[in-house]
Amino acid sequence: MSDVPAPLRLVRERYGLAPSDLEAVLGSALARGAEYADVFLERTTQDSVALEDGIVKSGDRHVAQGVGVRAQVGERQGYAHTNEVTLESLRLAAGAARAIAEGGAAGRSVAIRASGRPEQDLYPLATAPTDVPVAEKIELLSAIDAYARSRDPRVAQVMASVVAQQRMVVVAGSDGSFASDVQPLVRVNVQVIAEDGRGRREAAYQGGGGRVELAVFLDPARWRPLVDEAVRLAVLNLSALPCPAGTMDVVLAPGWSGVLLHEAVGHGLEGDFNRKGTSTLPGRRGSLNVDDEGQPTRRNVLIEDGVLVGYLQDRLNARLMGVAPTGNGRRESYAHLPLPRMTNTFMLGGEDDPEEIVRSVDRGLYAANFGGGQVDITSGKFVFSVSEAYRIEGGRLGAPVKGASLIGSGPEVLTRVRRIGADLQLDQGVGTCGKEGQSVPVGVGLPTLLVADLIVGGTE
Amino acid sequence: MSLELVKSALARARRRGACAADAVLVESDARDVRVRGDEIEFVTQERSRTLGLRAFVKAPDGLRVAITSTSDLAEATALQLVDDTVELAGATAPDPCAGLPAGGFASDLPDLELIRPAERDVPIEARIADARRAEAAARDLDPRVTNSQGSDASSSFARVAFGNSEGFFGEYETALHSLVSMPVAAENGAMQTDWWVSAARSLAALEEPGAVGRRAAQRALRRLGSRRVKTCKVPVIFEAITARSLLSHLAGCVTGGALYRKASFLCGRLGERIASERVTVVDDGRRLGGLGSRPFDGEGLPTRRTVVLERGVLRSWLLDGYSARKLGLASTGSASRSPGSAPGASATNLWLEPGDSSLEEMIAGTERGLLVTWLFGPGFNAVTGDFSRGAAGLWIEDGRIAFPVHELTIAGNLGEMLAGIDAVGREVEWLGSVAAPPLRIASLTVAGD
Repeated sequence: MSDVPAPLRLVRERYGLAPSDLEAVLGSALARGAEYADVFLERTTQDSVALEDGIVKSGDRHVAQGVGVRAQVGERQGYAHTNEVTLESLRLAAGAARAIAEGGAAGRSVAIRASGRPEQDLYPLATAPTDVPVAEKIELLSAIDAYARSRDPRVAQVMASVVAQQRMVVVAGSDGSFASDVQPLVRVNVQVIAEDGRGRREAAYQGGGGRVELAVFLDPARWRPLVDEAVRLAVLNLSALPCPAGTMDVVLAPGWSGVLLHEAVGHGLEGDFNRKGTSTLPGRRGSLNVDDEGQPTRRNVLIEDGVLVGYLQDRLNARLMGVAPTGNGRRESYAHLPLPRMTNTFMLGGEDDPEEIVRSVDRGLYAANFGGGQVDITSGKFVFSVSEAYRIEGGRLGAPVKGASLIGSGPEVLTRVRRIGADLQLDQGVGTCGKEGQSVPVGVGLPTLLVADLIVGGTE
Repeated sequence: MSLELVKSALARARRRGACAADAVLVESDARDVRVRGDEIEFVTQERSRTLGLRAFVKAPDGLRVAITSTSDLAEATALQLVDDTVELAGATAPDPCAGLPAGGFASDLPDLELIRPAERDVPIEARIADARRAEAAARDLDPRVTNSQGSDASSSFARVAFGNSEGFFGEYETALHSLVSMPVAAENGAMQTDWWVSAARSLAALEEPGAVGRRAAQRALRRLGSRRVKTCKVPVIFEAITARSLLSHLAGCVTGGALYRKASFLCGRLGERIASERVTVVDDGRRLGGLGSRPFDGEGLPTRRTVVLERGVLRSWLLDGYSARKLGLASTGSASRSPGSAPGASATNLWLEPGDSSLEEMIAGTERGLLVTWLFGPGFNAVTGDFSRGAAGLWIEDGRIAFPVHELTIAGNLGEMLAGIDAVGREVEWLGSVAAPPLRIASLTVAGD
């Protein structure tokens, strides 16, 4: 391997851009009095293979590249982007971006400080996931299909896919900052449809992923549990009864239930019960060495012992609020402006025994598996959907019931957390968060939680 | 220029051993602006070009297929991608149903009024002014409109060039202009928001900016003082914009992919009555100025009008070439295609035909019930039809709006909901490519306290 990070070689060799070119573009973007400007360059390769009906029926490969120039003045941002990466298109973009500022000052000179790799490496990979031969991915999918069908005769359809992504980013700021990163991302998806022979069908999904070697997921010890879980869930739901409706105590299973935390609190509402952190963990889906504004990411404690102690910031909001950026400026791609976003968001474990938590509930719902969620930031109302649930009666799990939405009020929900399990789990690595039309990969985590008086959106 | 690139990609794919291929090039440019209060938050400009290719390689028992795309159109990258496509196709399994449509490609390319070329030059200042007017109108309506998430104005233009190895080549241009306003209303320490949008193929067809802002503000204001409700089963009226959401769920259950995968609760029910007699649903890819209109579909077939539900009876699926072959039926010209994805069936302009009630009459005819003005969260399972989503709205007592409600869910099964529609409104509201009039469902579970 060369000492020059791959993104910089990309800039020089593929696009023929020298650091002095980026300095000139940044200087030009500042010409009308902007306070800050940056250039963001991105090249993403994504490969996927997909199986259904027992055959791997298609392979995909997508190359997306682009560059954007941004100028900030006060609360305003001008941004111009294109997928033609040339000095000429960068100059045009700088001209368009700086129109947001109204001053007449001349161009300023910008000196980029030399920079190598990010200081931390949360995903040191030997092989880029996009370089793994397609034959190995196809073999994995065929094995998943055969295994799923062997688990239960009621499995009627198996859809599986392997998605591998390699994203290179380069960010140069008018403050001289310069950062680059190569971000691998893999994901294995398994969806199973089960049929009971009497016309009832149920689907279930499981997936796993992260910024890890694809080889991790080629190991049966890693993918078989995903398949087992998808088959178990689909078959279980064939006999699920209608879900109760109304307000009740809800016990949330650990892990992916962190969607609740993400929606109810993470999106900007203050909670006041426990500690919640967002952190840079090796290899996790929401982990990044640097954010999309070139800032190193870090562990940010947001709520400690029930007290709100921090926010997640991008550069713009940090500057406007007079605080330091927290490494949370993220964007879906070069075609989007950065926004303050979560990375991996989780609540630290408490002291309670998870089984004891269930035993403490006389009548309620045990929510074991989850779909997605959404929050209305202004009113604080959030919903998230449950894909596996059981009634709790007299402290014991009862019959499985159909999935339903849970709804609550973000600012209130953490005040209604009655018990916290000692079993913090992070999710399997499939979370995607949408905000203002931009999707970014995220992680969540939660210990077993008892929440009093949540509204369960069933039909009974 | 665009078609040349499509042609050269196809020719190279053939030379590399593909027995058939199709390719699409989408070039777009867009301008977006957000104004919040009186201040511009951002102005963005975009230019992009992306080439997508699908190549088939012959095998004894079917065709192998791969799909690729690139927005790096440097010659070396583009050529490499064509070669990669053919190689990747060789690695996949033969599929007896794979292939281009057998024929019947679009021979007419009618002007569907998808762009006014002169509006390509709309200055960004004009769209900034539109957003400012929406913000001002919302603010001026009522002192309780205290803040805003902003008003966004956008104008985007695209040119689509498509061709295949059967010799079909076609091009068309589209425009999309929109204005969305998201004011915040506050009273007694509680905040509520709502939104309104106008979107059209021409600037002239957009709602007046002040009207967009005022309507958004009225919607936010009427949510102030929202309460929770007791869990109950009541008649539920969906406003046009929430009814539209139900129709989107239905659309996902009548399109090809969900059917051949048996991932739709409507599988096997073609020809059956699945909804109330009041329900007729039409898809038309050639609606003039429609936001889902296109002269040909993602495989080069002519778009058309398809009656999906006629007086409650399921008459047709919406299919692309692949799902049609899987089901032993004919494509309905419903293939949707972006450069970065395989063609897949989807609705074009889909609407539920208007009925004979006004929204006011529906409310007046409801002794006690819910008018749903806001739906959120995922909560729809296409495989079973089970529906459970977060909602907010207005509570109806004695045939009148009594008070706003929130933090509730509504749940049922889409099949039963469609069958339970007992009133259909007169006015279809077009905010996007899926549209519906207000609807009333006789009974649904509303969960609250």
